[in-house]
Amino acid sequence: MIATSYAVPSIIVFVGAAIIIIVGALGVITFKNPVHCALSLIMTLFGVAIAFIAQQADFLAAVQIIVYAGAIVVLFLFVIMFLGVDRTDHVHVEPLVAQRPLAALGVVITLGGLVALMAQSHWVTGVMSASTDGKPLESGTANVHQLGTSVFTTYLFAFEATAALLVIAVVGAVLLARRERTLQADEVEV
Amino acid sequence: MTTVPVVSSSITIPSIHYLAILPVIILLGASVVLVFATALVRTKVTQFVASSVTVAASVAVLVVTYFQWRCLDSSGPSTTIAHAIVLDGFSVVATGVVAVSLLMATLVAHDWALRERIVGAEYQILALAASAGAVLMTQANDLVVIFLGLEILSLGLYVLVAFDRHRHTSAEAALKYFLLGGFASAIFIYGAALVYGATGSTNLSTMSYFLASNVLTHPGLLYAGFALLIVGFSFKIAAVPFHLWSPDVYEGAPTPVTGFMASIVKVGAFAAFVRVLISALGTQIDTWRPILWVLVVLTTVVGASVALLQRNAKRMLAYSSINHAGFILLGIWAGTTRGVASTLFYIVTYAPTVVATFAVVTLVGGLGDENHSIGGYRGLARRQPWLGASMCVLLLSQLGAPLTSGFYAKYSVLASTIDVGGSPLALIALLSAAIAACFYLRWSSALYSDEPVEATRIVVPLSTGIVIGVGVAMTLVFGIWPGPLVTLCQHATLLFTP
Repeated sequence: MIATSYAVPSIIVFVGAAIIIIVGALGVITFKNPVHCALSLIMTLFGVAIAFIAQQADFLAAVQIIVYAGAIVVLFLFVIMFLGVDRTDHVHVEPLVAQRPLAALGVVITLGGLVALMAQSHWVTGVMSASTDGKPLESGTANVHQLGTSVFTTYLFAFEATAALLVIAVVGAVLLARRERTLQADEVEV
Repeated sequence: MTTVPVVSSSITIPSIHYLAILPVIILLGASVVLVFATALVRTKVTQFVASSVTVAASVAVLVVTYFQWRCLDSSGPSTTIAHAIVLDGFSVVATGVVAVSLLMATLVAHDWALRERIVGAEYQILALAASAGAVLMTQANDLVVIFLGLEILSLGLYVLVAFDRHRHTSAEAALKYFLLGGFASAIFIYGAALVYGATGSTNLSTMSYFLASNVLTHPGLLYAGFALLIVGFSFKIAAVPFHLWSPDVYEGAPTPVTGFMASIVKVGAFAAFVRVLISALGTQIDTWRPILWVLVVLTTVVGASVALLQRNAKRMLAYSSINHAGFILLGIWAGTTRGVASTLFYIVTYAPTVVATFAVVTLVGGLGDENHSIGGYRGLARRQPWLGASMCVLLLSQLGAPLTSGFYAKYSVLASTIDVGGSPLALIALLSAAIAACFYLRWSSALYSDEPVEATRIVVPLSTGIVIGVGVAMTLVFGIWPGPLVTLCQHATLLFTP
């Protein structure tokens, strides 16, 4: 179900954000130069941030810009620079037969399924409460406050478990990146 | 946006029942202690120290599960930390199985690391963390916590699979596992998001309550959500058609890691799968049952028949474990308390058996972990009667021969399936077991073959020997006298069953 009444300014913001997102996404897959692709990705992420602000999700918008547009795309650029910008790949050589048509089919099916779901289904959370009349999620509380509260109440344990996830990820990455260590033939360990 | 008022409300931190989360704290704590020891101690942390810490941690977890069980006896099952963690019989027993698997796998890996001259405590660090992830999955009562447990478990295993750098297959297997596993996790979390959208909560008990008290007029979102969740879980338990990674990863991973992985992934993923389908989506059983029906049929039949074609011991065991996954799914398909109990019984008996089986495979594989053709087992029982007989018992248990624990495990899942009118399904599963019997028996008879084969005597190190002995003893004791374990599993019911 899609909400029936939207104010004109919010429609303008939505359309603007959507155009930025889609143009950026098209840029990612059409530019030949990988650096331009990464920069187009930043554009898409900015568009998403605008859409978040329109939905009153200020905190998510800030995180979107700081973490995704900032940190992650910079990482992408590092990787691209390491691999060499000038290298050209023969993308027309297909390792798997008919992978492109199959991929296109997959995209169409997934998109169709998602659109059908959005149109048909009944959402218990989300869109209705946030955007129909432009009110914040809960009147009188900022959403940073709300997020902070739920991190330390409802999702306290999940929040703590994330720490364990990060530790194991770091240990694993260090182990894989490090040079090999085995005992030499004359060393003995008990 | 209007001005933001200053809010000066204090938040109430949810109460924490430390006994419930003690197993996770112990396992992660031991892991972090080893990390610090590796970084700070000037002399290298020896395998002996690292393995001792791991063994001590898993014994400590076993002791804690005993106290948890006593707590359950006196005050009943409960949830804690804003209902994110559940302490019920099911989670306690599954936690105990994870601890036993970790204990046995560590002892095997200890001898393997000495043989392969591996330095440092990294194996143990990752194994401890992965076990903590598996325990989280068994206790989780929230989709977010299940996801985090799944990721902690998987990240640890990705690296463990890549542990053996001498062999290209190890790195290749790890990359395959990592990419496909990453996709599966993404699918899982997408499913979790859709289910959250449809029910308004990620908490399994809230979800269950919502679905029991509301009728969804447009349930498409919920269905899409739990279909994606099922895909995510099916990947982790290697159910057909999401099994393609499993043979390559089983073959490529260092053999002790394969044994460890085969046991704890099954425990963690199945425990969470049971909780999501039975506790949270129990009211939707008529919708997810047909999906599971297809999964069970494909998994049991494909697992058993493709295993027949394999000539590599580890690949064969991979397909055999796929076949077992199908049987364990049967208990979930039944959806009854008895079904859950039989699923739990199957996991409890399968985990030690599979670790011990891979312990024998580790020994036969020899230095460099290369020699895994079935031919290597020819006449093993003639040359080394104890080792050969142990392997034979372990294989027969996986086959489901009477007087081994595998028999009662198969019997109980089939019985619980027939209870709810699943006779055709039970029949198909039984037929697949008959197909599977062919390759187990072929392998067992190879052990006793008379042909003279030139082979060096396999040295059985002490701790691996103990693991094999314990595995065989558990198989036989629970096979001949399953009563107490069955009673335990029947008492270990889920906290929420709609």
